[in-house]
Amino acid sequence: MDIYRAHVLCCGGTGCTSSGSAQLIQRFEEKIKENGLDKEVKVIRTGCFGLCEAGPVVIVYPEGTFYSRVKVDDVDEIVTEHLLKGRKVQHLVYSDHATHEQNANKALTDINFYKHQHRIALRNCGVIDPENIDEYIAFDGYMALEKALTTMTREQVIEEILKSGLRGRGGGGFPTGLKWKFAAASVADQKYVACNADEGDPGAFMDRSVLEGDPHAVLEAMAIAGYAIGASEGYIYVRAEYPIAVKRLEIAIGQAREYGLLGKNIFDTGFDFDIKIRLGAGAFVCGEETALMRSIEGKRGEPTPRPPFPAVKGLFAKPTMLNNVETYANVAQIILHGADWFAAMGTEKSKGTKVFALGGKINNTGLVEVPMGTPLRTIIYDIGGGIPNGKKFKAVQTGGPSGGCLPAELLDTPVDYDNLIAAGSMMGSGGMIVMDEDNCMVDIARFFLDFTVDESCGKCAPCRIGTRRMLEILERIVNGKGEEGDIEKLENLANTIKATALCGLGQTAPNPVLSTIKFFRHEYEAHIRDKKCPAHHCQALLSYVIDPEKCRGCTACARVCPGGAISGEVKKAHVIDTSKCLKCGACIEKCRFGAISKQ
Amino acid sequence: MKSLAELQAIREKTLNRINLRKEEEGEVTRVVIGMATCGIAAGARPVMLAFMDEIQKRGLQHVTVSQTGCIGMCRLEPMVDVIMPGQEKVTYVHMTPEKVGRVVAEHIVNGRPVEEYTIGAAEK
Repeated sequence: MDIYRAHVLCCGGTGCTSSGSAQLIQRFEEKIKENGLDKEVKVIRTGCFGLCEAGPVVIVYPEGTFYSRVKVDDVDEIVTEHLLKGRKVQHLVYSDHATHEQNANKALTDINFYKHQHRIALRNCGVIDPENIDEYIAFDGYMALEKALTTMTREQVIEEILKSGLRGRGGGGFPTGLKWKFAAASVADQKYVACNADEGDPGAFMDRSVLEGDPHAVLEAMAIAGYAIGASEGYIYVRAEYPIAVKRLEIAIGQAREYGLLGKNIFDTGFDFDIKIRLGAGAFVCGEETALMRSIEGKRGEPTPRPPFPAVKGLFAKPTMLNNVETYANVAQIILHGADWFAAMGTEKSKGTKVFALGGKINNTGLVEVPMGTPLRTIIYDIGGGIPNGKKFKAVQTGGPSGGCLPAELLDTPVDYDNLIAAGSMMGSGGMIVMDEDNCMVDIARFFLDFTVDESCGKCAPCRIGTRRMLEILERIVNGKGEEGDIEKLENLANTIKATALCGLGQTAPNPVLSTIKFFRHEYEAHIRDKKCPAHHCQALLSYVIDPEKCRGCTACARVCPGGAISGEVKKAHVIDTSKCLKCGACIEKCRFGAISKQ
Repeated sequence: MKSLAELQAIREKTLNRINLRKEEEGEVTRVVIGMATCGIAAGARPVMLAFMDEIQKRGLQHVTVSQTGCIGMCRLEPMVDVIMPGQEKVTYVHMTPEKVGRVVAEHIVNGRPVEEYTIGAAEK
């Protein structure tokens, strides 16, 4: 265990790994050795810093210099300039989108992106080496487990969670303490604790980042939960598509067993607890609790009717307590700092913080954690850096395929469970996809429904047949074949499915359609009645035209057109034959005079 | 893992190693070594390594070692600043690895700057 004068932290999350951080780390190690600095400077692979848009991200401590978009070729410069000579490489330092300020002499927490954040679930992500249990312990790791086991009764642990007001972060928002209480009240020879890491919403990666950046936080919380409800075994159900998360979980479990923090007689209290990993094969429905448990048992991943609830009859027909990764990531902190500390953050009914994965048409794509009740506007503009290319904000989609789209009028809505539901969307697991004026809301609804139709397990008729009928209507509308009454048909189907589907997947599948109809009905009407797509997005409803005033007759468009649809003489205005036009847009890109437009 | 003490031991040991990543100003003693060309040429690197070695041997908490550029008094290099919480900065000049042990023991551990090595003594 050596000390070093400088630490180079490289993000090893999935985002930065895919933009080449593994090669970066290797190069850093080589160059540091080459310059004889290997006894002074250490390279550490961490979890996600959150600012994936600027990846790969490298932070050099003790200065806290934040380098973004670092390429392998930049490593030489950082090593010889910064690490050897102590001069920061200014042109690689992260600069803020909005202010173009560089953080050269500021702490990380002063960057706009981090300034409004409050990190509890992500507290260790990007700070510790996730593959080293000692670093987790150094940041108070496993102290909460010790506190719970040696100084608290089971009832006190549950009471503390209950009092904190923590609600399920997977989307439903069920009070976590209550769930623990029900599971604790069930009497059985064996009980289970399970962790839902089957994160399936398109564009969501909160759980992945927690598992990659701080896997021990989940293990510790599961052990605490095991103690509270009287379970000796835990299962983590994680997607096989998260190879880095799976690997770090395996390493973490191995290290925890070695230290005796998992296994028999933990902290000499007679409490036994161990955790196993089960890999999901990528079915969206397996994120639903009953389907998830069937899948862990090795059966087909299909939901079953509730009751019986898992707290009574879950895994292997024994009482089971299932929580989401992010929910667990809060538990140890609550035990350590107390329920009052946690309950002091957030709104009246939603306590603590929430992690959101920002994506879509936004400058700072990445992961953010904010106190509950933070307005959407703060998240999108102050933290997210607003919409790129000067475009206009149109809507934000929250809650993935189960949630809805909220328009600009609702930007000042404080984000918490109840406000989002009242606004016609839901918290969901925390995906937040931002859309600008170029997005067609009908097509967005079609996209999400296409996803749920694909992922429906087919067990119950409303979901299997109903969502498909809805998708057919939406496809008809975006193809310009919509009929009067289609909107009403959609609403009717949607309400029926919501009321009758077996599980959460079906019950929430119509939400994207309902919320877009609610806030963007005029777009549906334009598609159906005027056969126009107001966002100029739907190919079937577009036509390309050349403005004869602007056209110089350069023939560039005619030469690039793959369909031979453009004709005209040299130096005279050209015309597009719409019957031949393939609507590929090649001519617009080629035209230097801005004479071609979509209508 | 049998007890809190065991956990604490790992915690303290590791904290010592990673405390330069914690941004808690005011609690940490900083040892800053001038390592521009002049400092390096005068032998700053062995001095820095000696500091790191000594701090590690003694298992000192809340001490970071870092480097800085040239402050203009190249003739006094290698120069080392020791900044302890709540105290004025002390600047040592003409440092050698042999002098490091005393600075760590008397100043960083016991809070008494080694007067004879400081810039004040050198400039008399």
